[in-house]
Amino acid sequence: MKKSVFYGTLAATAVLAGAASAQTTLETVQQRGELICGVSMGLAGFSAPDANGVWQGLDVAVCRAVAAAVLSDPMAVSFVPLTSQTRFSALASSEIDMLSRNTTWTYSRDTDLQLTFVGVTYYDGQGFMVPRELGVSSATELDGATVCIETGTTTELNLADFFRINGMSYEPVPVESNAEAQQQYLAGACDVYTTDASALAAVRAAFPEPGAHVILPEIVSKEPLGPVVRHGDDQWGDIVRWTLNALIAAEELGITSANIEELKAGTDNPEINRILGAEGDLGAMIGLDSEWAVRAISAGGNYGELFAANVGEQTPIGLARGLNAQWTQGGLLYAPPFR
Amino acid sequence: MSDTQPISYVRDTMLGQQEPPATQRGVVKWLRENLFSNWLNSILTLAALVAIYLILTSVGPWLLNSIWDAESLRECRDILDGTPGACFAVITDRWHQLLFGFYPPEHYWRPVLALVLLLIALAPILFAELPRKMLYFSAVFPFIGYHLLWGGSVWFPISVFLGFVAGYIAFRALAKVSALVSVIGAVAATLVWWFFIAGPFDAAMYSVAPIGLEFVRSESFGGFLISLVIGVTGISLSLPLGILLALGRQSDMLFVKTVCVVFIEFIRGVPLITLLFTASLLLNYFLPPGTNFDLILRVIIMVTLFAAAYMAEVIRGGLAALPKGQYEAADALGLDYWKAQRLIIMPQALKISIPGIVNTFISLFKDTTLVVFIGLLDPLGLSNAIRADTAWTGIYWELFIFIGALFFIFCFSMSRYSMYLERKLKTDHR
Repeated sequence: MKKSVFYGTLAATAVLAGAASAQTTLETVQQRGELICGVSMGLAGFSAPDANGVWQGLDVAVCRAVAAAVLSDPMAVSFVPLTSQTRFSALASSEIDMLSRNTTWTYSRDTDLQLTFVGVTYYDGQGFMVPRELGVSSATELDGATVCIETGTTTELNLADFFRINGMSYEPVPVESNAEAQQQYLAGACDVYTTDASALAAVRAAFPEPGAHVILPEIVSKEPLGPVVRHGDDQWGDIVRWTLNALIAAEELGITSANIEELKAGTDNPEINRILGAEGDLGAMIGLDSEWAVRAISAGGNYGELFAANVGEQTPIGLARGLNAQWTQGGLLYAPPFR
Repeated sequence: MSDTQPISYVRDTMLGQQEPPATQRGVVKWLRENLFSNWLNSILTLAALVAIYLILTSVGPWLLNSIWDAESLRECRDILDGTPGACFAVITDRWHQLLFGFYPPEHYWRPVLALVLLLIALAPILFAELPRKMLYFSAVFPFIGYHLLWGGSVWFPISVFLGFVAGYIAFRALAKVSALVSVIGAVAATLVWWFFIAGPFDAAMYSVAPIGLEFVRSESFGGFLISLVIGVTGISLSLPLGILLALGRQSDMLFVKTVCVVFIEFIRGVPLITLLFTASLLLNYFLPPGTNFDLILRVIIMVTLFAAAYMAEVIRGGLAALPKGQYEAADALGLDYWKAQRLIIMPQALKISIPGIVNTFISLFKDTTLVVFIGLLDPLGLSNAIRADTAWTGIYWELFIFIGALFFIFCFSMSRYSMYLERKLKTDHR
């Protein structure tokens, strides 16, 4: 409870607080010395507090990279857990500086809600999981199935679309949360559990017998998840966008947290030199110093390292790169050139 | 004439008392009376026994076979090796988070000490046998508690407290003029102090003597700490507020009455979750940009207002139950309005309302779990966050059992206390 704030609100007048001038988000963050980042209240591999209360995950790592670029300290982030209902209002009302909460980039969110999606951290899609004993091998065989589905999400709409397109019927079993869905599904209350494929993988990995369940090959929706900022401060949007791009480009160019100290002294590759500030002055163009990308990449590693550490095949979640591989590897990750 | 017939037999000793028949004593009697008094009850008893047996055989092994020491759910399952068993290792691993949220571990003593002091501060309020002097401590506790939990400059709670002192001084100084003037003067003095003097006073004193505990931000609060902070503050503020609203609703003054009725009916007509969303989402749009009105404070205000409206109706029920004669007796004694309320009406009305008041308290305390919907990590919110850790994904009942047990302790002791209080105050006319 900030005490100045307490007095201000006690007064219930705008007089005291009226002094707040029109600052850019970058100035606000630097003055505060801390980035306020909205994250999910708990999603395996993307954002969850560990036993020491330190947030971990892929979404969290993006916030840390931005904090490292802007404030030189990846730990200078205050994480605000947000529900799916509160996330956009929190961003719009300036309660948070950026939102990194497995949020799907859609037309209406980008335009009507006056938000700016700055990129994609994870290409997800809605999938189906069924018990192996049902003998189903394709989602088109699910006619008449009971489906566990989280209410109030885009997955609900996607499910309806998919079954209508294929002329099938289904019986929804509404559940409130991921955890409840697991219980219902394991108890046999529904034949099928549908949600984003990354979450399905995490859920299945936690089952007593993961092998007894199959994730069907069909992906019925596009869910590009990415960080979001407010309309109206393009400089801040650029910073978040290019921090993410720097992480992706670093993987493509072979810059890792291990060799970055060596590379930043200068290499034969001019693009590496430009990213790491050895050549040119890219940092100044977004209002930062020349080493911003070095810090962002050093925070947790390049995109590939972050992926491997949080959701990759070595983790219990065990996601393959799939669409999230570099464009050179057949994936969709494609950072524009640093020039 | 008196040809008394010889008495054939006279018993000269008393027979010893015989045992009642076997069906009328001991366990058998109790069973017959309570469990098998007629055929319907007998069937119900047997059905209940079957149900208990089934529950015990299904849950018993699971509970008895608990694992308390493991690093992850996977390890639990390896240890259990297919046999049913609870994995309470998650509690061992995360109990501190469920209790304190993200409060810095080196400062855990602060909330614990605050809780102990809270109990000490509550004691004289709850138990009339204790020395009345302890009430002074109860009066200062909110400021001590605030400083322990949040820390920061020690001068901040002191300067807020001095606001009350300023009000009291003004009240005393103006008391001779008239009661109304002194009340207005007291309120004005307090507000003037808070808005214009408290801030500079705090800053000045802190620059001279920077003492105080390390500042802990509200974002670090979580788990039961948040439930208790919201619950206890809401409970202790909603009772006085509720009393004022109840009196206001019964008032003859049209303006006061209308305001109270509108407030109560509005709050009761709106679900708590709506008020919480208002607190967390809507208020931000109204406040000037840059202000960061603490979310916990916003929630406390909303929860208090919500509980106060219900409290007002509970107390109004108590007021309505008092015979009209009590009011007339107070008038006949020449007591003014506040004295009559304080000495005659309220003690009786509150006594009647105890069950309702405690009911409201308990439901308020349990309603604090609703804050999970606006992104505060109360125990239920944390249970979600813990499950999102890959080590504990898939764990379910163990967390809820732990959280439920803690809530039960608090709510059950509240209900027990209210029964004790009712017995103690039992002066009814029956």
